[in-house]
Amino acid sequence: MRNAFIDELVQLARKHTHIALVVGDLGFSVIEPFADEFPDRFVNAGVAEQNMTGFAAGMASEGYHVFTYSIANFPTFRCAEQIRNDVDYHKLPVTVVAVGGGLAYGPLGYSHHAVQDYALMRTMPNMLIAAPGDPFEVRACIRYLIENPGPSYLRLGKAGEAVVHPNIPEVAPGRWLTIAGERGSPRALLSTGAALGYALNFYERRANCDCAVFSLPLWGMRSKSIQPTMAYAFDEIVTLEDHLVDGGFGSWLTESLVTTERSPRVRPIALAAEVCGTVGTQLTLNRLGGLDFINPASQV
Amino acid sequence: MNDMREFANTIRKSSLLMTHRAQASHIGSALSIADIIAVLYGRALKIDPMQPYMQSRDRFILSKGHACVAVYAALAARGFFDANRLEDFAQDHSDMMAHISHKVAGVEFSTGSLGHGLPFGTGKALAAKKRLENWRVLVLLSDGELGEGSNWEAMMFAAHHRLDNLLAIIDYNKLQSLTTIDKTLRLEPLAEKALAFGWAVREVDGHDHQGLLRLLEHGPWEAGKPSFLIAHTIKGKGVSFMENKVEWHYKSPSSEQVAQALKELICA
Repeated sequence: MRNAFIDELVQLARKHTHIALVVGDLGFSVIEPFADEFPDRFVNAGVAEQNMTGFAAGMASEGYHVFTYSIANFPTFRCAEQIRNDVDYHKLPVTVVAVGGGLAYGPLGYSHHAVQDYALMRTMPNMLIAAPGDPFEVRACIRYLIENPGPSYLRLGKAGEAVVHPNIPEVAPGRWLTIAGERGSPRALLSTGAALGYALNFYERRANCDCAVFSLPLWGMRSKSIQPTMAYAFDEIVTLEDHLVDGGFGSWLTESLVTTERSPRVRPIALAAEVCGTVGTQLTLNRLGGLDFINPASQV
Repeated sequence: MNDMREFANTIRKSSLLMTHRAQASHIGSALSIADIIAVLYGRALKIDPMQPYMQSRDRFILSKGHACVAVYAALAARGFFDANRLEDFAQDHSDMMAHISHKVAGVEFSTGSLGHGLPFGTGKALAAKKRLENWRVLVLLSDGELGEGSNWEAMMFAAHHRLDNLLAIIDYNKLQSLTTIDKTLRLEPLAEKALAFGWAVREVDGHDHQGLLRLLEHGPWEAGKPSFLIAHTIKGKGVSFMENKVEWHYKSPSSEQVAQALKELICA
């Protein structure tokens, strides 16, 4: 995903001279293509995320679309108030890019885990969350964000995620992308972000699961209202996310459907509500947290 | 300089009336900056009330957003909006918030939480540099606000990037929310700190219009360096019973107190 991100951003920056990339002293061996080609629109803010986000908002107020880039927890929680007050409340085109969403940096310990970021971002009224499930969704999301400038949060995995789509899909806030399965299935497996791999794994391992798989890469407070339409045809929706259930994607969908007359049952599969006190690979920590790649059937 | 003195007086009177009507706080903070605001909006800023968002304007950011009545008063007096709007200040359904709001014509940026103005202004200054535009960014901060680390992040950044189109003004009245700066988080030696961060530093009596104008009208003071103006002020300046009193960070004046304050200002 990281490579798709920088490649797409470079391509778009050739056409759009208002795109700027600001990094928080991170991105070694990732961001160089942008920095080398557009040195005048690249800034390393140093280890200072509050200032990074504040000055990104200032640049955005002067016509730039600024992407702030760092490891998941740094450009989010460290500068949450700058994101809320300066970016979101002023409706400025700043895209906070978090690389290593979920437990992608598992071995680095809980300071580097991002399992509450959806909860933070989705309470900001103007914020659009972009959580792509594969590299093609990354490209689709970035294109959407550039064409529809505003406050946004782009949550990337790390590297090596499987390619799911055959090409770049059409994306829009709140719209589910069909990944696998038959129309008319009573059950939906709906994932956001890198949890798409888990949804597909379950689908492929469970023949006759009577379900269809969907990915939702763009969502937020503003796209809650169309969820009843998206969910209408299903009896049950199983959501998958590498985030805590509290304040997460499944909670968002549940809230979106709570006022509908005929509301399908929502069963969120998310990480356990515990502080992850151990280290390990993403796979290991997800499994410890209850997001089982090997046998999701036991949970569903 | 009579015009600026009169302008400052108008700002003080309007601020008192707004604060009284809304039963709002922070009149001491507004009176502290009234002279700085008068010099900025009276002479120093390149602005046009008829074109509040013209590209070549100077950008002024009030980082100590709680002192907003002084800026609202100045904007109204300069014709950015009808002065009757000042009566809406902090009233039900009004967008004239008691911390400065960019919904008000002429206001660049909403603040209220301290430590946001300088980073934001730094971004504007960087944008101007990148686009080879020659407008300036002026940010007014409080002294207590300098306790926020984000300001020092921005100071490092602005000096590193040689943003000499950026000017920070410190309203140094030596009082913060509960007591003096000195008893809370000592700022001294402030000038040396700013110098060490790579800024050009000047000090001025923050109620001396000529001194302020000399330093605020043109910039940069030193090519390649952002400017840091330490304006020595008196909290509550102009109203004898408010001067240097912490309680006027919170209290709103009664009718009798407003009458007394206005009398003092008329006689000044």
